[in-house]
Amino acid sequence: MKDPTQVIEDTTFRLLKMAVTRLPKDVEAALRAARDREDNETAKTQLSAIIQNMDIADAGVPMCQDTGIIVFYVKVGSKFPFTDDIKEALTKATRKATAEVPIRPNAVNPIVGGNSGDNTGVKIPWINWEVVSGDSLEIIAFPKGGGSENASIVGMLKPGVGLTGVKKLVVDNAMRYMGEACAPNIIGVGIGGGADISIKIAKQQLLRPLDDKHPEPEVAKMEQEIMKAINATDIGPMGLGGRTTVLAVKVDYAMRHPASLPVGVAVQCWAARHSKAVISKDLEVSYITHPLEGD
Amino acid sequence: MTEYHFTTPISEEEARKLKVGDVVYVSGEHVYTARDEAHERALHMFEKGEKPPVDFEGSVVYHVGPVAWQKDGKWQIVSAGPTTSVRMELFEDEFLRKYRARIIIGKGGMGEKTLTALEEVGAVYCSFTGGCGALAAKGLKEVRAYEWSDLGMPEALWVITAENFGPLLVTMDSHGGSLHKEMNQRVAARKAEVYAKIGIKE
Repeated sequence: MKDPTQVIEDTTFRLLKMAVTRLPKDVEAALRAARDREDNETAKTQLSAIIQNMDIADAGVPMCQDTGIIVFYVKVGSKFPFTDDIKEALTKATRKATAEVPIRPNAVNPIVGGNSGDNTGVKIPWINWEVVSGDSLEIIAFPKGGGSENASIVGMLKPGVGLTGVKKLVVDNAMRYMGEACAPNIIGVGIGGGADISIKIAKQQLLRPLDDKHPEPEVAKMEQEIMKAINATDIGPMGLGGRTTVLAVKVDYAMRHPASLPVGVAVQCWAARHSKAVISKDLEVSYITHPLEGD
Repeated sequence: MTEYHFTTPISEEEARKLKVGDVVYVSGEHVYTARDEAHERALHMFEKGEKPPVDFEGSVVYHVGPVAWQKDGKWQIVSAGPTTSVRMELFEDEFLRKYRARIIIGKGGMGEKTLTALEEVGAVYCSFTGGCGALAAKGLKEVRAYEWSDLGMPEALWVITAENFGPLLVTMDSHGGSLHKEMNQRVAARKAEVYAKIGIKE
């Protein structure tokens, strides 16, 4: 019998390694297409550097030194038999990836100072838990750099400003941080719920495939409108000018309180790194975003 | 746009040749990493009359927190893309006046205080493409020392020998030119057009 903690740890280690070295196919394709589309020389140079960097990273080098605070999205089936092992396995995999990939130690104690040195510590790695029906376990590793995280905001708007106010918040935010979030960006927007719910929804949108659109036409239209507006700013790759400021804008929502219109805006840099796997109750592993060679 | 290949230490005359839009590649032994805490420490030491472990004059100061590892007892830079430079706006003007570095590298650009100091001292700010850590590491050939390691890997002062490190795009020069300032104006000028796309009339 396989050791469940070991299987989850080994899987998570590979997820972290793949996430930090190889972009998901859709993101890579979008960046290549953006380079071909740009006619601004500076923008072309920036995107060419990004593509050259992806090619070098492919050999197993972290594409960006900033792999952020380590965050996982976990969907655990209510009948998955090894739930008790998950947290320990994710923490161990984080330590191992820090030493062996390697990834930069980023976990700093905000109260007494000091870097823990292994990307773990109080509440970190952060795990977003979701219990779903079924008997398998889905893990997404989501290393996201601090530069784009610093551009994320929550706005508690007055409901009277309506959806125009929501769009304005997202567009104004983009014109505020300019190139600081390593454009071209992907922007996730969460509307409704409360302050915490809106930003949680916003961040989850960053995991959607780039070419999908929201199933509700009103929301899909809003995604397109915001994207077109931000791409008309001329901010461009790295804020140095050009037509590619965002690769996608993804919006979702929850019901809101009559007196509140919370809006979470999560900003993702071009290095939109994530990697997903599913582990069955028999501990069989399927890698979704980064399949094993020969699969 | 002109392409330059400089070897450190870089003279004031060389730095003053550079204009916004030029591209620079840097080689040599005076390449140092410094973020918030290293800037702060260097300034404190100056005030106390102490000497930092390296000579910053004519150097290249890179805003980066690298990921590095030890192979056979020797440190190597694995991935080292730039960090957001505007955080260092608090320190950079004084740092430039006191230590006379000639090229500051980072991403996102810096503000008026730094621009004035660049003009005064004869130095430039270059942008390296954010997130391109693997590409940057290719030009950062050798780690000669890991100073101020008590600050932790990202904040320490890494002492590096560079070989054709670049392309570095000059985005702020010693003649008052700043592509970042120009971009702010360009984007502000488009605001009405941008707002029109989301149904706002200004």
